[in-house]
Amino acid sequence: MILQHIADGLLSGAIVALGAIGLSFTMKILRFANFSHSELLTWGAYFAVIFFAVAAVIGGGYGTPIAPFSFGWPLLAALLVTAALTSLLAIALHHLVFARLNRMAGHMTMVFASFGVALLLRHLLVLIFGPAPLYYSSALQFAMLLPGGVRVMPDQVFLLGLTVVVVIALHLFLTRSRTGISMRAVAENPDLARVSGVDVGRIVMWVWIIGASCAAVAGVMYGLTVQLRPELGFSLLLPLFAAAILGGAGSLYGAVIGGLAVGLSENLSVMIIPTTYKPAVPFLMILLVLYFRPEGLFGERR
Amino acid sequence: MTAPVLQAEGIVAGYTADLMILHGVSVEVAPGEIVAIIGPNGAGKSTLIKAIAGLVKVSAGRIAIDGRETTGTPAHLLAAAGVAYVPQTDNVFATLSIEENLVLGGVTLPGRQARARIEEALARYPMLAERRRQKAGILSGGQRQMLAIARALMTAPRLILLDEPTAGLSPMAAEELFGLIRGLVGGGAAVLMVEQNARAALRHSDRGYVLAEGVNRIEGASDALLADAEIGAIFLGLRPADSEGLRP
Repeated sequence: MILQHIADGLLSGAIVALGAIGLSFTMKILRFANFSHSELLTWGAYFAVIFFAVAAVIGGGYGTPIAPFSFGWPLLAALLVTAALTSLLAIALHHLVFARLNRMAGHMTMVFASFGVALLLRHLLVLIFGPAPLYYSSALQFAMLLPGGVRVMPDQVFLLGLTVVVVIALHLFLTRSRTGISMRAVAENPDLARVSGVDVGRIVMWVWIIGASCAAVAGVMYGLTVQLRPELGFSLLLPLFAAAILGGAGSLYGAVIGGLAVGLSENLSVMIIPTTYKPAVPFLMILLVLYFRPEGLFGERR
Repeated sequence: MTAPVLQAEGIVAGYTADLMILHGVSVEVAPGEIVAIIGPNGAGKSTLIKAIAGLVKVSAGRIAIDGRETTGTPAHLLAAAGVAYVPQTDNVFATLSIEENLVLGGVTLPGRQARARIEEALARYPMLAERRRQKAGILSGGQRQMLAIARALMTAPRLILLDEPTAGLSPMAAEELFGLIRGLVGGGAAVLMVEQNARAALRHSDRGYVLAEGVNRIEGASDALLADAEIGAIFLGLRPADSEGLRP
């Protein structure tokens, strides 16, 4: 029984981890808590709905599932296209809202503006797609039975593997490429990065692209393993913040470990508390981290 | 006469639009020259070099590097144009490795050239080479200053701006650093440094500017400024008998 909870925790934690990466980076580099980040997950998921609809018209559609997964090759194309579209959305929001406010307003103004952006984005989706849940595919998927009596969905295992690939790719980007090293430099000391010759504006675009792409992948995978609702991202807002704060702003590994920790604690908590209280677990984690170690597990003390 | 590396005329600048720190400062630095800016706290010394580096907005006046006007150019483009700036505090990326700090210094160079320069820098400073994969945060004050200068030199800059390079260093480490700064101007580059330690700065520079309350007060050859008892008394708070290294 406990093994099943651990497996479920890791699998749901992977989605939180992907979403928390972008939140953590924007918190560190743009220096504000972006409450609209969770809506990028939702938009990513709905961009994939459009992608599959267009693909159905052109031919191919959802594709033939590759056993044991519920999806075929078109899903990989959908991930790439939605990542690109969600990045464009994030960059547009940056230019329309956050960059303008950053020039003249304080940190708290940015936070409240992000609330507004979140509401706008969420209700635009209700307006376009309606409030009812959507599914990418009506195909039924059967759980795999792992040793120890643990049941998992193949799609969720794919998601966990995909998360590992994304994290390794980001690690290589941040430590090997000049753009990645510049990004870490901007996170630590933007002025020193500027006088070294780093175009901070370009780095900020990269932060949005990485954050939005990870969010889009998380959104599509959530839509695939659960269902699509306009509140998809909003329901993950608290877990995302818990993961980013637990890991420490700006830390890639912090966000991933934070995400897995949030997923595990949520799923393990139901063994001792009623399921109704499960959403309170990330909130409790935020309080504990802020009280005992405000910089998070991997964050730099300022 | 060759064109000055830096020509700044009538600079008016400040951190907010309604509070200017500099009220029309002019500074010139010739190739191969080390120029010191001294003056009391709050004179605007650091603001001046931040304005030249592009970190503080210049409201009036003009700045030219090697005869080309650069007023209002963003800091990252100035870096590519040959202006290097070493701030007083937080002058290295503590969370990055020593090698990554050098990568940042060469971020405007083509990749191949940057890699060659990193190896050159590591060969020049064996202390840095030994720790190339360690975080710069572990370095001592003097070692950080060395890394900061090595990072700034990656682009082979024309103009090197140093903000209080010897702050927090022992007298011996400070002397060593001044020796290193003298070596920087060999190839026709120029150094403009701000110093609290006025005597030491004047002893190790060619010319000096005394700044007070955001305007030029006195300028001249460093040894003449050092010898002038009146300047020492009025602007540096020094008495002729003051010992070496005493901060005004």
